[in-house]
Amino acid sequence: MVARAVPPPALRPGVPPAPLEAGQIPRLKKNRSLGVYSRYARRYARLVTMPTTAPHALADVTASHSTLRRFLHGLPGVDAVGLEARAASLGTRSIKTTAKAYAIDLAISMVDLTTLEGADTPGKVRALGAKAVHPDPTDRTTPATAAVCVYPDMVAVAKEAVAGSSVKVASVATAFPAGRAALDVKLADVRDAVSAGADEIDMVIDRGAFLAGNYMKVYEEITAVKEASGAARLKVIFETGELSTYDNIRRASWLGMLAGADFIKTSTGKVAVNATPANTLLMLEAVRDFRAQTGVQVGVKPAGGIRTSKDAIKFLVLVNETAGADWLDNHWFRFGASSLLNDLLMQRQKLATGRYSGPDYVTVD
Amino acid sequence: MAKEKMTTAFEYAPAPESRSVVDIAPSYGLFIDGEFTEAADGKVFKTVSPSTEEVLSEVARAGAEDVERAVKAARKAFEKWSALPGSERAKYLFRIARIIQERSRELAVLETLDNGKPIKETRDADLPLVAAHFFYYAGWADKLDHAGFGANPRPLGVAGQVIPWNFPLLMLAWKIAPALATGNTVVLKPAETTPLSALFFADICRQAGLPKGVVNILPGYGDAGAALVAHPDVDKVAFTGSTAVGKEIARTVAGTRKKVTLELGGKGANIVFDDAPIDQAVEGIVTGIFFNQGQVCCAGSRLLVQESIHDELLDSLKRRLSTLRLGDPLDKNTDIGAINSAEQLARITTLADQGEAEGAERWSPACELPSSGYWFAPTLFTNVTQAHTIARDEIFGPVLSVLTFRTPDEAVAKANNTQYGLSAGIWTEKGSRILAVAGKLRAGVVWSNTFNKFDPTSPFGGYKESGFGREGGRHGLEAYLAPSSPEGKR
Repeated sequence: MVARAVPPPALRPGVPPAPLEAGQIPRLKKNRSLGVYSRYARRYARLVTMPTTAPHALADVTASHSTLRRFLHGLPGVDAVGLEARAASLGTRSIKTTAKAYAIDLAISMVDLTTLEGADTPGKVRALGAKAVHPDPTDRTTPATAAVCVYPDMVAVAKEAVAGSSVKVASVATAFPAGRAALDVKLADVRDAVSAGADEIDMVIDRGAFLAGNYMKVYEEITAVKEASGAARLKVIFETGELSTYDNIRRASWLGMLAGADFIKTSTGKVAVNATPANTLLMLEAVRDFRAQTGVQVGVKPAGGIRTSKDAIKFLVLVNETAGADWLDNHWFRFGASSLLNDLLMQRQKLATGRYSGPDYVTVD
Repeated sequence: MAKEKMTTAFEYAPAPESRSVVDIAPSYGLFIDGEFTEAADGKVFKTVSPSTEEVLSEVARAGAEDVERAVKAARKAFEKWSALPGSERAKYLFRIARIIQERSRELAVLETLDNGKPIKETRDADLPLVAAHFFYYAGWADKLDHAGFGANPRPLGVAGQVIPWNFPLLMLAWKIAPALATGNTVVLKPAETTPLSALFFADICRQAGLPKGVVNILPGYGDAGAALVAHPDVDKVAFTGSTAVGKEIARTVAGTRKKVTLELGGKGANIVFDDAPIDQAVEGIVTGIFFNQGQVCCAGSRLLVQESIHDELLDSLKRRLSTLRLGDPLDKNTDIGAINSAEQLARITTLADQGEAEGAERWSPACELPSSGYWFAPTLFTNVTQAHTIARDEIFGPVLSVLTFRTPDEAVAKANNTQYGLSAGIWTEKGSRILAVAGKLRAGVVWSNTFNKFDPTSPFGGYKESGFGREGGRHGLEAYLAPSSPEGKR
């Protein structure tokens, strides 16, 4: 598979690129305060080490099927009762007044406003885009959402709808949601979305291959999609509800990060069990530990089933007390959601006015 | 492109539980024969809030004469109470359990004020367990014939019970619920630093219509406890507290007819093997030693970690400790509250200093202690060996001693190498190892892949100097029953 040549991603204005030799990646092992540096390391890695995207410190892990398998099976186990108890206990944090206002605005800025229906039309996507840019028509101080998330054939429409704003266009691809198609088809899907202007690609892993123990196949598919995505940031969806065990979710998280995921994402929103506090907590532990070992920071996106502000705030508490403040930014944490936004807006209005408004005071889409 | 962060950090705004749900009177009496009464000698003492040193109330201080009155009242009440059918006694216990649930918020705030522990714990652990104990033993009251002690087992008579300050209401429940279910009457002395929840319980007994004299509460100091234990008309002594006082009690009752249960100190080993679920083990270590500021007899105060994962585990543990929130116990987001008393704080400080003097390496996360009240930062010691005082003496505070081991046999040997034997924890993903190691540990409770989990159905108690007898579960009934006589009546 030959990757299409892609232009280098634009760097942050005002920050001159540091001179780095080809193949040179700063090794920032076990340092928790280097989020900014690792962010650049991540970007440079893409520029200077193509096509391989495996981080240096763990590069040998993916040398062969057996080394990869040994590594993933050697990760510490997860005690389900303990994990769920920890998630539940963080769920009892009481977030009030100023903290709540901060959390609601942060949550709004982290929403990937999503429509993934067979019935999606240009009109529907345009409405969604407008809402993403100005979530609350009555209050223009409301932050924009992080992105809109659509199917590849709607990317061009979405792109137009959010033009000139900070809102990104994310597109699911790789035969979403089942992922049951030939690799060529999946890559064509990805290229289609990228060429239509998608800033972010949300891919699904081959759960069948993962559950069959064929980790190298999953790994290679992710790296191929990563290449095809070019400058677009890649979110790798595990469909945790289908992986079923927490041990599997931990292994999938590391597999995805080793393969170069920019984000690891829980679910498609299309199966019975989607994002939960426990599986998100587990993935936050994974990105935290991955950065400690490699210096590379990876984002997390819980998706599906998060509908209320209360739930969203609980997830932000998980982020704050697990991965830490470096992840409290929509570059590193997202909510895949649709109805959540209206509840966040109603809670925001309530904080501002002291009264609950009601569903007629937020937009229907 | 990453946008700029809105602020630097997610600061939780204060979220205090309302104090107005509890009405603390300026003074309280002793609760004898269903009435609140002054002490015979008129003595009183003050109870303070350990987080602020604010005086909460003035409480009557029981003396020997009051013990006499209370035991007499309990003896008088015993005749009718023990003759009630079990199903009738159960009704009172169920009623008490329901009232506790209804008043749980009030009692949680009260307990947090008087004890200093976080509202999160009183609300989510203490109070639910208190109610659960009464519900559980209420269920036994009419089934004693089937409890495995023969047909028609008989109550002992008057139980003298002395409880500590670390879980004031929960320890009261552990003592009173089985005693009443089996038909005994009680005289209970709460600790001098935490008398209030027991006095509120006295009010609950009245609210439940419990017959007079069945429960008597005598707030006071050690002298009142000693008088109660020594009283000739007390048939049963139950004590939870320090090993030193426990030994004193054992000497007092030696050679008498009194039946005794003692639940004393501990130096629990929390054993982490190299195949443990690390993130959950870290949580378990934190729960093991920092729950209730480590003022827990079954605390996992010795961390035994396999040497091969020592550094990795300690890194994770230190990172986790840095997220603990210490401060106002009434704030719903507080993880670590106040130490119960100046006396206890002094003891913890002395032992921690000794650990440092003996060469162990001390570490605490950056944390600011409030200026008033009794506070001690979460502390861990590395480079600790079996020869260090902090590896042998019970500190009863938020201080963890970290030791290493190489093999499972060494882990067991070190875990058992203590005068105590109350609790232990095992962390491994290997089920067979859990079973093998648990069977070799001389500890009354062995938790696997968890720590400090309590349930009324599970017996609790110690080996060696951690005491004897079991509380909780079916076993807990035995301490309050005499085997039936051949005629079925005593």
